Amino acid sequence: MEQSLIYIASGLMIGLGAVGAAIGVGVLGGKFLEGAARQPELIPMLRTQLFIVMGLVDAVPMIGVGLGLYLMFAA
Amino acid sequence: MASEAHEPITSQEYIQHHLTNLVCGKTESHGWTCDPHYSEEMGFWAFHVDSLGWSIFLGILFIGLFRWGLPKLASASEAPTGLQNFIEMCVEFVNENVQSIFTSAKNNLIGPMALTVLVWVFLMNLMDLIPVDYLPELAKGVGLEYFKVVPTTDPNITLGMALAVFILIIFYSIKIKGLKGFLAELTLHPFGKYLMPVNLVLEGVNLIAKPISLGLRLFGNLYAGEMIFILIALMLTFSSISVGLLGVGLHLIWALFHILILALQAFIFMVLTIVYLAMAHETQDH
Repeated sequence: MEQSLIYIASGLMIGLGAVGAAIGVGVLGGKFLEGAARQPELIPMLRTQLFIVMGLVDAVPMIGVGLGLYLMFAA
Repeated sequence: MASEAHEPITSQEYIQHHLTNLVCGKTESHGWTCDPHYSEEMGFWAFHVDSLGWSIFLGILFIGLFRWGLPKLASASEAPTGLQNFIEMCVEFVNENVQSIFTSAKNNLIGPMALTVLVWVFLMNLMDLIPVDYLPELAKGVGLEYFKVVPTTDPNITLGMALAVFILIIFYSIKIKGLKGFLAELTLHPFGKYLMPVNLVLEGVNLIAKPISLGLRLFGNLYAGEMIFILIALMLTFSSISVGLLGVGLHLIWALFHILILALQAFIFMVLTIVYLAMAHETQDH
């Protein structure tokens, strides 16, 4: 019983984290394309900012994946 | 210890083994020791020798590499080649970032610090790409039971660097705005002076969250990456040949993807350091 609860917990951690980040990165990329289409000369600057924010958003699900896998295999 | 190594180990023991630091410290009963059996007793005086050693080694490597590459600057007529090109690229990249972000005041410390943070954190992250068993097995040959290679998967290292940034934030806040200005920023800011406690709580959380999120973000990313590398290595160790071959492919794919994360996290650590220090230098109200 406890083992199965751990699997469910890590599944939720990985899955919900991924959902949130996917929505966030999707909106981010869409806005980036919009801005790039509007002002192509700003693309280098926008790309840098895109990667910064993407890294910030990306961190959360990655941490979730790490802790989830730790729970599943090592705890 | 040698007889234990030949017994079959479970996957949990394998993972735990890879996530345990080489701890040396002072104990009540045995004085200074590196024996992992006494690591519970060490308390405050416990040093993660592997993390410290690798981070210091990589710091020296960074300084040495950049110092060694530079003397060729003297001949200005010919175009720079090789290592010098690379160093100039790094310096220009950092310079551009610092100039675009750090606009509020002049501070000669920020540029070199940003370069150090970027290259040092990147080198520490890069240790993650070395297959997880190589160096620990070598260390086992020398007689060290636990050996964790990537310094940034140790929260002590990342939070230590974040703490240094935090101290710099407070130092420059007080130096630029004065103690009064710093306190005013903490207490008078969102709601005016009649709601001082509320302001203090809001701004205090804001201030404390900076170093913690800075350190934990780097740690979390690298820890997760290392964890996945260990699990892939586990596929190779404990399964049939077909699963092992799949593991080789997975390892390659994850390593390629991970290069992006390693560089990106080093870059983010640098950018956030500059942003926080730029915020500490801002004098006008916002």
